[in-house]
Amino acid sequence: MTVIANILIVTSILVGLIFTFVTMIGILRLPDVYTRAHAASKSATLGVLSILLGVFFHFWLKEDHFSISLLLGIVFLFITSPIGGHLMGRAAYMSGVKPTDLTVGDDLKEAVNEAREQNMKRLKD
Amino acid sequence: MMTFIWVSLILVVLSMIGIMFRVFRGPSVPDRLIALDGIGVMLISAIALISILFDTAFFIDVILLIAIMSFIGTVSFSKFIEKGEIIERDRNR
Repeated sequence: MTVIANILIVTSILVGLIFTFVTMIGILRLPDVYTRAHAASKSATLGVLSILLGVFFHFWLKEDHFSISLLLGIVFLFITSPIGGHLMGRAAYMSGVKPTDLTVGDDLKEAVNEAREQNMKRLKD
Repeated sequence: MMTFIWVSLILVVLSMIGIMFRVFRGPSVPDRLIALDGIGVMLISAIALISILFDTAFFIDVILLIAIMSFIGTVSFSKFIEKGEIIERDRNR
């Protein structure tokens, strides 16, 4: 029983460590704000989720302490971290940070121009 | 087992230090914001590993607290970058 618990804990924490390291490499190496936000919001979320799952298994299987607040923390991070990534990307676009030259399309530009024109028309009336 | 937890804690702290490099020399302000959010997320996993090392379950509540404060900080900073003010008083609405 202890061996199975150890295998579960070590596997979860190892997967979390790999994703945390991938996050660091992505933030240091990618060329752009938006690609860095992609790396930081997705793989960091999965890494911290996996590490917290390993800690949850440790407290549940080896010390008989079923911690509800750790599960609540996992659910909270899983909801709020992509929202934070989306907000940061939108703030970067609105404050005028240019994407790299490798970027192919920009679909948000037309929507932003259309909303700006409608706003000007509403202000004129 | 304890050796594995120590090594993983050291690796998490090393990746926090690597992200700190981007905080110092990011070309724009949203770069630094993204790196600080990553540091907050990694701080949560470091505290989870520390609570295994110290053999106590009282640090689990600190995880929730740091997650909530980090989310509020991210939202308010991105709103500040986008609009220039955090709490707006728009009375003509």
